[in-house]
Amino acid sequence: MTRSSIALAVLLAVLALLPLVGGAYALRLGTIACMYAVFALSWNIVGGFLGYPSFATAAFFGFGAYATGVLMTLGVPLPLALVATLITCLLAASVLGAVLLRLRGHYFAIASLSLVEVLREVVNNATDLTGGGMGLNIPLASNSSVLGDALFFFYAMWIVLALTAAMVIAVSASKLGFGLACIRQNETAANMVGLNTTLYKSIAFGLSACFVGVAGGIYAAWVHYIDPSDVFDILYSVKPIVMALIGGLGSPLGVVCGALVYLGLEEVVWRNYIQIHSGLLGLLVVLLLLFLPHGLVSLRTRLFRRKAGHA
Amino acid sequence: MPEILSLAGVSRHFSGLQALRDVSLGIAGGEIVGLIGPNGAGKTTLVNTVCGVTPASAGTVTFAGRDITRLKPYQAARLGLARTFQIVQPFAEFSALDNVATAALFSQPGQSLKAARENAREHLAFVGLDGQADQPASTLTLAMRKRLELAKALAMKPKLLFLDEVNAGLNSAEVEKATALIRQLAAGGITIVMIEHLMKVVLNVCTRIVVLHNGELIADGAPRDVVRNPAVIDAYLGQQYAQRHGAHG
Ligand SMILES: Nc1ncnc2c1ncn2[C@@H]1O[C@H](COP(=O)(O)OP(=O)(O)OP(=O)(O)O)[C@@H](O)[C@H]1O
Ligand SMILES: [Mg+2]
Repeated sequence: MTRSSIALAVLLAVLALLPLVGGAYALRLGTIACMYAVFALSWNIVGGFLGYPSFATAAFFGFGAYATGVLMTLGVPLPLALVATLITCLLAASVLGAVLLRLRGHYFAIASLSLVEVLREVVNNATDLTGGGMGLNIPLASNSSVLGDALFFFYAMWIVLALTAAMVIAVSASKLGFGLACIRQNETAANMVGLNTTLYKSIAFGLSACFVGVAGGIYAAWVHYIDPSDVFDILYSVKPIVMALIGGLGSPLGVVCGALVYLGLEEVVWRNYIQIHSGLLGLLVVLLLLFLPHGLVSLRTRLFRRKAGHA
Repeated sequence: MPEILSLAGVSRHFSGLQALRDVSLGIAGGEIVGLIGPNGAGKTTLVNTVCGVTPASAGTVTFAGRDITRLKPYQAARLGLARTFQIVQPFAEFSALDNVATAALFSQPGQSLKAARENAREHLAFVGLDGQADQPASTLTLAMRKRLELAKALAMKPKLLFLDEVNAGLNSAEVEKATALIRQLAAGGITIVMIEHLMKVVLNVCTRIVVLHNGELIADGAPRDVVRNPAVIDAYLGQQYAQRHGAHG
């Protein structure tokens, strides 16, 4: 394990201690923090390691939310529904990835974006199963107190985050991770040295989807009610990109920090400037990107260099 | 030696443009074949067609007794077909060592990254880049990148190696070095097809010359015969060269 992987593990361990110090509000925020970190880490596989600009996060999230939601209305218990969501998401996205990742650059970006639209329309029209535009009511997963519920969903989301982080760390240290870096740098050359680029891209897309799907499932069970425009919101696709840019593209520790910083900004700005919050948030993000183009992770090297310069 | 590569009636067109026209060609194991022809003759396309980058529109390609016409580039690579690119294609962020390690890692099944890196060191040393092992490929000079391409191709343990203008852009000392390396490879048992514009190098190294012109094979034979072939002189070598060569021969 590299030093930054250890730092990531420590950060997650600290996050797990949140219920010791916080109440219901802190737990809600913590749950969202875990969810955002899952988005950012997952996006980073395709966007960071592979270098393909993906806007598919909302598609995976919405798909997971509806898969779990529909299964639960059919009487499947939450854990089982989540496992089924994980597997379906992994397989479906792998197949899709083999097709979509033939496209490059803007074409891929647009195709991944339209995946969100297509799935939303499908869900909208499959009224019998999903309730269509009316939304879907999801049975309660537990019938404990408000705080007990908050605790349950916080840890559920935290576990998904821990699994995602473990997967990402394993990938980055593996032959798969090495191959993805090859494809990012030069796909022609990667093919020519015997790398099955289609297979690698397909696995990458599958892995970047499955835990986002599970997070969607937990979200659905948490809020009890979902509708297509809520869970297939394009913002879910955009946010992880911003988080990764804030934190530093490609670095797992960086993108998780990016997710936390982004959530912090979102909360502060949203609560204090509710009328103009999107505009202000956008401005902040632009400023951050202007002054820290390589993300928060570059701060360390920059400070280090400055110190070395003084000495 | 039996044929290691054979093309039977291979054609390839790009929309209206016929880049290869009914090319039939057999290459025996151990040969060093020079592939020459004017710019746009289809030399690189021939390599791309064999390697599966731009599959043949018609005809068949057989390699080591196997029909490889429809194989993907990575599949051809795993069978022992390696090539260097006319325009070098490094993994820019990777160190020279990791560039070569990729080839060992992905072309041979069951290689670990650690073993691939050890393997890569040998090949870097062979092309004289051991001093640059940890340098990112983007910081290497053109001559070094050309040698890196070669090391990468060698790490794939090829049976047949295509060299696409490895000497273009090098100075004469560097060309000397590269030529010596190519001879050594051939002596080590690798069949070589080299695309080369420097006739001096071709005549120095090759045991046979194949000439492409407008996608057609116009000559194929021993170097001394091919350079006297009127069609070749007309299409590529030019009168001046022929006179000079004639004066010496
Ligand atoms: N992928 C492609 N798409 C369209 N046209 C192509 C493609 N590859 C090659 N061509 C065309 O096919 C013809 C042959 O090109 P090729 O690169 O094989 O020539 P060459 O003999 O290698 O020339 P040079 O000596 O300049 O490298 C050219 O007219 C070229 O423009
Ligand atoms: Mg060429």
